[in-house]
Parts: sequence; C-alpha cells; structure tokens
Amino acid sequence: MKILVCISKTPDTTAKIAFTEGNTKLDENGIQWIINPYDEWYSLVRAIEHKEKDPTTIIHLVTVGGADVEPIIRKALALGGDEAIRVNLQSNDSFTVASQIAAVAKNGAYDLIFTGKETIDYNSASIGSMVAAILDLPYISLANHFTLNGNDAIIKREIEGGEETNEVSLPVVVSCQKGMAEQRIPNMRGIMAARTKPLHVQEPIACDETTQVMQYELPPAKQGVKLVAPDNMDELVRLLKEEAKVI
Amino acid sequence: MVLVYIDHEDQQLKSSSLEAMSYGAALAKQLGVTAEALVLGTTPATLSDLGKQGASKVHHVAVDTLNHLDVKVNSTVIAEAATQLNATVLIFAHNINGKALAPAVAVKLKAGLVTGASSLPKTENGFIVTKTVFSGKAFASVKIATPIKIIAINQNCYGIHAADNVAEVIPMSFNIPSPSVKMTLVEKVKGELPLTEASLVVSGGRGLKGPENWGILLDLAKELGAATACSRPVSDSDWRPHHEHVGQTGIQIAPNLYIAIGISGAIQHLAGVNRSKTIVVINKDPEAPFFKAADYGVVGDAFEVVPALTAALKNSK
Repeated sequence: MKILVCISKTPDTTAKIAFTEGNTKLDENGIQWIINPYDEWYSLVRAIEHKEKDPTTIIHLVTVGGADVEPIIRKALALGGDEAIRVNLQSNDSFTVASQIAAVAKNGAYDLIFTGKETIDYNSASIGSMVAAILDLPYISLANHFTLNGNDAIIKREIEGGEETNEVSLPVVVSCQKGMAEQRIPNMRGIMAARTKPLHVQEPIACDETTQVMQYELPPAKQGVKLVAPDNMDELVRLLKEEAKVI
Repeated sequence: MVLVYIDHEDQQLKSSSLEAMSYGAALAKQLGVTAEALVLGTTPATLSDLGKQGASKVHHVAVDTLNHLDVKVNSTVIAEAATQLNATVLIFAHNINGKALAPAVAVKLKAGLVTGASSLPKTENGFIVTKTVFSGKAFASVKIATPIKIIAINQNCYGIHAADNVAEVIPMSFNIPSPSVKMTLVEKVKGELPLTEASLVVSGGRGLKGPENWGILLDLAKELGAATACSRPVSDSDWRPHHEHVGQTGIQIAPNLYIAIGISGAIQHLAGVNRSKTIVVINKDPEAPFFKAADYGVVGDAFEVVPALTAALKNSK
C-alpha cells in the first residue's frame, strides 16, 4: 500500500489577517505557520494509523511551495511518513497546484491520495477533486471514516443532513475531514527521525495559471453590538423583525 | 450562455441551487446572454419552475443513476453537456455536491474556477470574482483568464430572486460512463432541516452546562422554525450529535440569523459562522469575545433569557 498525503502550509487558525503592498500580499508579520489542520489531523494521521496496522505501508508527503514550507513539511514528517516531495513552486491557482500534485502522484503509482477537505487560507476545497479529474480517478469528498477491505475502500462521507457509505476500488482520491482520525502531537523520537528523512525537491511541470489573485480586502468592520436588556425580549423580537428583517 | 448546475435532494430542488440560478440569471443579464439550467438525475420537482429564478431553458439528463453523487461520472456528464451547449460560464452552489463537482468540471473544460464567490463578478474589464478567504476573515478578487469560467457561490450570499420566465425543459441524453463508486448506505437524520440549508439557526455552547438543558434551545428553535447547531466542546463531549458542530473544523454556515447561546466565540467558532447575516449573542459574560462579532447581544442568564425570547416570539404572532 502506497499513500500520498498532500500537505499545505497555512497561517495559524487564530492569526490576525492583514495585507501589505497595496492589499496584494498577506502581511506575514507575526504570523505563526502551521500544517493546514485538515491535512494534518485527518488526512496525515489517518495514513499513519493505517501504517501502524500494516507496517509495509509507504507514506509519501507532497507539498507545493517555496523553501519556506520546509519547516512545516519536517513537522509533518515528525508525525509520520517515510519521505516528502516538495515541488518548488509558489502558486495560488488551484489548477496549477493540483497539476503538480497529479504529476507527482502519477510518478509514484499510489493506491491512495489523501487531501484535507480544504485549506484554511484560500478555502477553495478544490485540490482533491482536480487531482482526481486530472488522473481520471474516482473521488470521495468530505470523508469522515475510512477502512480497507482488500482492494476496496469503504468510505463514509458527509451529505446534507447525514452521511453516506461508498465502496470504491483503489486507487482513489479522498478529501478528509473531522472523524477520520484523532489529532496527535509529534513525539521526540519522531522529531529526531524527521531530520534525516528524505525531502526531495523537484522543479514544477509547465502549467498555465487559470486564475490570479488581484487584490485582498478586509470585511467592513461590524457596526458594534446593540445590547438588549435581558428582561426586554419583546424589543429583541422587534429588532429582528423590523430592523434586521430576518424573521 | 450561462449554465447553472441545479442540485436536488429529497424530491426537491435545493434552495442553494435556486440561489445559484438567480445569481446565474443576473450574471447572464450583465453579459447580455441567456441563463439556462442543467439538471442531472430524476426528481418529481417541476423543472419549468426554474424560470421563476430566470432560467430560459432547463436541460435535463433524466437518468436515475445520476441522482447519486459519483464525481467521476457526473462531472463528465456536466462537462459534455456544457460543451454541447456552448456554455461560457458555469455556476454551481458551493454546497457539498458543488464543492466536489465544480473542480472536476473545471479540469475537464480547462476552465478557471473560483469557489466560495460572495458577489457577482465585475465584467467591464476582464472577469473578476470576489471570494471569501482565510475562513471568512477576508475577501480576495480573483481574475479568471480562461475562455470558459466556473464560479461556485457561497450559500446565502446572493438570495433567491423572482423572475417571471417559464423555462422550456429540454431532455438531453448521453452515454453515461459506468459508475466509479458504489453507494451502500445512506443515514439521514429524520425530520431535521439540514444545517447548511437553514436560513435560521439556534446554537448552544458550554454555557448550557449539559445536554439535559437543551430543551430551552429546542423550544426556541421550534418556535422560529430554525435548525439547531452547537460549538465544538459540546459535540466533543457528546452532548449533541457531531453533525451539529459548526466552526472551523465543523460545518461552515451562513444563515440569515444565527443565535448563539452560551458560546464564548473563540476564533475557531467564528470561522464557521462569521458569514451569517445577523448574529445574536446571549451570554452571561459581558466580556465574551462573541459580542464583538454580534449585531445584537443580551448579557444575561440563558436559562431566563431563552425561554423569555421564545415567549416573546409567541406573543408577537
């Protein structure tokens, strides 16, 4: 079993977001960088759980980014995984990133490709579906439970108001979310081992960007909360009806 | 032509798809072209009614195996239909199925894709779409450079608008590829409104102290006709089912009204609800960070305030 886990670097969930250079770039001052939580907690850890059950499993990590991603990919290797591949390209275009991952996946002949359900920076939720389409593989989104039965994966995925179980033959691309695995933290042995695990850097394949971020903006500041006395709920109902017009 | 992918479930068209249709019709008007709809699978819903949201034609691939989401198969059918119909812009709702399908269709059509769009594109000079980024903490304007463009719109960002077209329903047929996945089980919560489709949501946090106290919240939700949600600690403690968890790691929602009861408003929770139109926070701690993100606030004991609000709603009818 060979698993490819896609890893992205994102600002910490609690990061204060601001922009520089005429609102065209994220202001990186004071930002703590983390592994995208969905990539780490659900997709990478689920792959590691599989390897713990079946030690013949090989886990490769792939990331698309500049050299600044390396601390994040080392942290991911400290959790688990055998080696990592960094495609040396910085892009905000989902199709460009997916094309790089698909090229890596094609070379490695993986049985399983895991992504997080989305990244918490661009929230595009597109990479898994695009990689599957480029490779012409089946795709299961928003998976919250995963087991293997021979060459078939049995995957539960979220649907509106419930969940659905699907059976699919490998290889398959899966986007992972809460429920897939339990969050864990790297131990000292893992951190030491990660230092010597192979991290291959490869140059990107040629690909035209299909989209381009022109500018960022922050949402308008909230007007400020209007407080209603706890013994005057008639007033709150009136405000919701007449001012906010939501009920 | 602007082609809108229309999703259906439980024998009706999804409200997020009707919203996508309204958005597609407005964009078509802006571009001086027609807005048409594409429906896959079978449904008893009256498809010509999509005219009420501005569709001039509804293209219908009435094959019941397409009712189930098989991304590989359904995206192939959508891409072929778009090619046959010469669609230049495709619109999806950024809902569960739209998130899975739109990127695959984009690859097949070599189309630039923006998901999570929050308003109509600017088309005077290029084609620029605004989308939410950083989990609702900011917006990005994204230029699509390809001849075919695909937009997946955030739920409840545009609204459903009435038009007075009657759409012509036109059957389409394809050789449907063989399925790539087999659905073996569907488990649905019966009789509850799915959170992502709800326009009113009442949500509870640790401030309610235990699952036995949820009655006051359920009464309020029932009075409003609202769906119920909860914060992460509540679902982690199994006070409420996991599918009710809204926040960064749970479900992200954007209802017209979000009432947060006994939720402090950690940044991870806000990331799941900050696109709500109106936020009401009920909390006994005046320092709770949620008040900063709220439109209306009540500083008080939830066990008194919530039943009083339910009673006030009853009286106002």
